[in-house]
Amino acid sequence: MAKGLRTSIGVLICASVLVNATSCNSEPTGDAKRPLNVGSKRFTESAILGEMLRLLASEAGVEASHKRDFGSRVAFDSLALGELDAYVEYTGTLKQALLSGEAIVTNEELRAALDKRGISMSRPLGFNNTYILGMRRRRAEALGVTKISDLTGRPDLSMGFSSEFMNREDGWPSLQARYGLPQRDVRGMEHDLAYRGVADGALDVTDLYATDAKIEQFGLMRLEDDLRHFPEYQAVILYRSELNDSHPEVVANWKRLVGRIDETEMTRLNARADLQRVRDAVVAADFIRRSLNIRVIVDDDSMLSNIWGWTLEHLEMVAWSMAMAILVGVPLGVFAAKSHASVAQTLLGSVGIIQTIPALALLVFMLPIFRRVDQVPAIFALFLYSLLPIVRNTYAGLHNIRPELRESAEALGLPSATRMRVVELPLAARSILAGVKTATVINIGTATLGALIGAGGYGQPILTGVHLNNIPLILQGAVPAALLALVAQGLFEIAERLIVPRGLRLPARR
Amino acid sequence: MAETIDSRAPAFELVGVTKRYDGKPALNDINLRIESGATSVLIGPSGCGKSTLIRLLVGLVRPESGVVRFEGRPLREDALLARRQRMGYVIQDGGLFPHLTAFENTALLARFLKKPADWIQARVDQLADLTHFPRDGLTRFPLQLSGGQRQRVSLMRALMLDPHVLLLDEPLGALDPMIRADLQRDLKEIFTSLNKTVVLVTHDLGEAAYLADEIVLLKEGRIVQRGGVRDLYHHPSEAFVSEFIQAQRSPLEDLQ
Repeated sequence: MAKGLRTSIGVLICASVLVNATSCNSEPTGDAKRPLNVGSKRFTESAILGEMLRLLASEAGVEASHKRDFGSRVAFDSLALGELDAYVEYTGTLKQALLSGEAIVTNEELRAALDKRGISMSRPLGFNNTYILGMRRRRAEALGVTKISDLTGRPDLSMGFSSEFMNREDGWPSLQARYGLPQRDVRGMEHDLAYRGVADGALDVTDLYATDAKIEQFGLMRLEDDLRHFPEYQAVILYRSELNDSHPEVVANWKRLVGRIDETEMTRLNARADLQRVRDAVVAADFIRRSLNIRVIVDDDSMLSNIWGWTLEHLEMVAWSMAMAILVGVPLGVFAAKSHASVAQTLLGSVGIIQTIPALALLVFMLPIFRRVDQVPAIFALFLYSLLPIVRNTYAGLHNIRPELRESAEALGLPSATRMRVVELPLAARSILAGVKTATVINIGTATLGALIGAGGYGQPILTGVHLNNIPLILQGAVPAALLALVAQGLFEIAERLIVPRGLRLPARR
Repeated sequence: MAETIDSRAPAFELVGVTKRYDGKPALNDINLRIESGATSVLIGPSGCGKSTLIRLLVGLVRPESGVVRFEGRPLREDALLARRQRMGYVIQDGGLFPHLTAFENTALLARFLKKPADWIQARVDQLADLTHFPRDGLTRFPLQLSGGQRQRVSLMRALMLDPHVLLLDEPLGALDPMIRADLQRDLKEIFTSLNKTVVLVTHDLGEAAYLADEIVLLKEGRIVQRGGVRDLYHHPSEAFVSEFIQAQRSPLEDLQ
């Protein structure tokens, strides 16, 4: 049955290759290797590891494609059927779920069970993605807690666990019994709330996945499971055994990952993909470059799509913050121009003070205010930063209207709101537009700092490039950022033609 | 808007009006009636308060004490806009809005008051003829017009809604003499044909004599004398009146 399916897939692959007018051999030969399919499951960590398999196969000279978003059962079955050639699985998942009928205890027994299915298993990659307990690093250090058994002397600690952890067989009840934990303040809650509670100091302890990106985000510390209560979820590469003969270079390349990724490393990789929103291919490629010293190329196609992704993030930040700055800044400028001089000076002064805060500091101030790592804090900081040129130019544009023009409008008998709309704002249009233009150009440049607080954009490759000392990567962010500023400037020249009334752009007669 | 107008009331009446700038009186206890249908010219040397006086009439300046009545009623904040719409106001160099064409400048208030478009078009054409403004200039912007043309557009704008009174603050002050003479002739013709109440500020006695039914001579914030130019010449109320007239005598008179 399985063999029949494989043959038909083989035929399909031949057919598709024939369409491309290339020779097709059903048997692997020296130079034309069968392309491989690597898989991954529906979460970031698995996708990053899948990309590593794909990149390492390519590096060994074999074309490989990455099929994403499998569930555990489907991924395993696809591997058994040969639709997938390899993916990364966890020993705990294999023992407790996928092969649970076979009562497997040791890794040797597991290896034998897989062998019967034509599947080989690598040695562990290094990290153990199991449940653990976590505390805020500073709190743990203050209490001198490093492992779960240290908690026994601390009955006053408060704990908040995910509902799943409260109910699992290996969850809280059995953990409490195993270690003899005395705490009484133990609550089940939404996992995100528990993270936040620990980060804010409202809770002391919560359950975590060992490689969860939030460990990095919230500055948490893993407590060692010193009595080995939680089952092991070692990451291993599963691959079809025939690759040992047909694609030995690929298998050798894959095995270079063994023992190279510990919990801290995996957490960091997850955080880069999840929090800084770097594409998993880039995260994987950077890791391979850095840890294995293999230069893998994330192809041009994905470089363009990377830049496109950063462009969208960057534009999103600039567009939202500028829209807010215009909606708030122009009315503020109008208000200042209509107010008593002392009110206007106070207002312009306070907006000006924001501008004196270094952009980097302003961005960092946003983190404790918003308590989130995405674009919102950066957008708000950029909004504040863009206010001054808009408020000031709106004020100046209105303030500098010749008094006789303002009086002519008044003497005509137009009400004040109408005067503002049909006379004063059009006369100030050029100045207001110049303010918006200045703010936009500054905004586009400053938005590159947004990457420092997890907002992505063109700052992302610059930041990563500086980190890895990779000049081309820096340029991938710096060049488009400069181009975007130029494009914005050009668009404003066009906008000026549309917005500034023609009568104001004419040369005077004679 | 629906105010009754007392037709026997003077167009403007000022009673005990005082206005100070930085403590210095610009107008001091002024009492003045400006009759309907007449052309009154306010004249005097710089700083005499003539501009402040006309700005009081249009409500751009509020008196510190005293009352300004327009058609029998005090100028009050709440009714000011409606009353201004019954006055036409022209300033030196026109005060035209540079972002609007001559037509748009003229039609601005009418459009705000939602007058029908064809009514506006007909009225603007009529006013262009009256003020001798070329119709093809209506689509031009103020920067594309000469000083004299700008003044004509400003006059059209002031006359658009057929106001009861026309207030002109040095309307010809920025023009060169040839154009000035031209416009003086046209203004006289317009004032005569429309039979409106006109208040005009100038520092030029010749202009005042040519246009005025009555001249009001001011000095340092008070009215020195009012009457026709002959009254001022033959029956000066004080030495200053003669000095003022002497100072403005044309140098050409000496050639005769």
